[in-house]
Amino acid sequence: MMDIVPQIVAGAFLFAGAFFLLAGAIGMNRMPDLFTRMHAASVGDTLGVSLMLIGMVVLGGFTLVTVKLLFLLAFLLFMGPVASHALAAAALKAGVKPILAGKQAGGGKAEGHKPRKKSAARAATSGGGKP
Amino acid sequence: MLRTASVALFLFAFWLLLSGHYTVWLVTAGAVVSVALALLGLRFGFVDEEGHPSDRLLAGLRYWPWLAVEIVKSAIGVTRIILDPKLPISPQLFHAKVTARTPVGVATYANSITLTPGTITVAIDREHDRFLVHSLTKAGADDVEAGEMDRRVARFEGRDA
Repeated sequence: MMDIVPQIVAGAFLFAGAFFLLAGAIGMNRMPDLFTRMHAASVGDTLGVSLMLIGMVVLGGFTLVTVKLLFLLAFLLFMGPVASHALAAAALKAGVKPILAGKQAGGGKAEGHKPRKKSAARAATSGGGKP
Repeated sequence: MLRTASVALFLFAFWLLLSGHYTVWLVTAGAVVSVALALLGLRFGFVDEEGHPSDRLLAGLRYWPWLAVEIVKSAIGVTRIILDPKLPISPQLFHAKVTARTPVGVATYANSITLTPGTITVAIDREHDRFLVHSLTKAGADDVEAGEMDRRVARFEGRDA
């Protein structure tokens, strides 16, 4: 009777985490371009994984394994955004054009610094090619 | 010097928590390696306020819970958009103002924006103190531009207004 409560709580956390991971996967398929897909994936990366790990902590009881799971959670939350940022920066530098809403307002703003990015990249490649 | 001791202490605690075997030999080895690594860090310069910002720990305890709530709120928001049959997205690419000055503050703000579902920091421009941010919706962009997170990161950084 005493250990059915943590089991139920852990199950709820794991179920919620699985829901958000699934939502992230569905979003990955539904979104139109790379950047919006990354937004969908980050739902699973942050909330989905966090809820899963919290569920495992509850399920495992309070041991050293709990500490390891919490370290894992902290590392994921510190490293995940670094990888996301690197991917987004690399995509923009490689010339992936994000789909933007309202071409007249948001698109114009983006167009303003797009050529700069491109010429900078071109200068870098031509500079690297000459010597 | 205090920071080096703190690094050694953190490394030793990390060793103890991961190991779980508390024999004299293993604990002593852990202590020796922790101190040696901390001294090595001092020698090679990664024991500084950027590499080991232990003085920001207390400020972090105030900032991280707020960030966790923000992550949950925006994750639910993005999930709603994903599961909406009409897929009501309005992607934006815009510049966000950065108040933070120290490397730790700027990295924390950039990571926090990326960690929050619906917004990604694409580029960091330290010269103009701004980030290039991609946002899934117009509302998400407005949230970042409102600057609530920016103010909290500045407070986390230790610049109490």
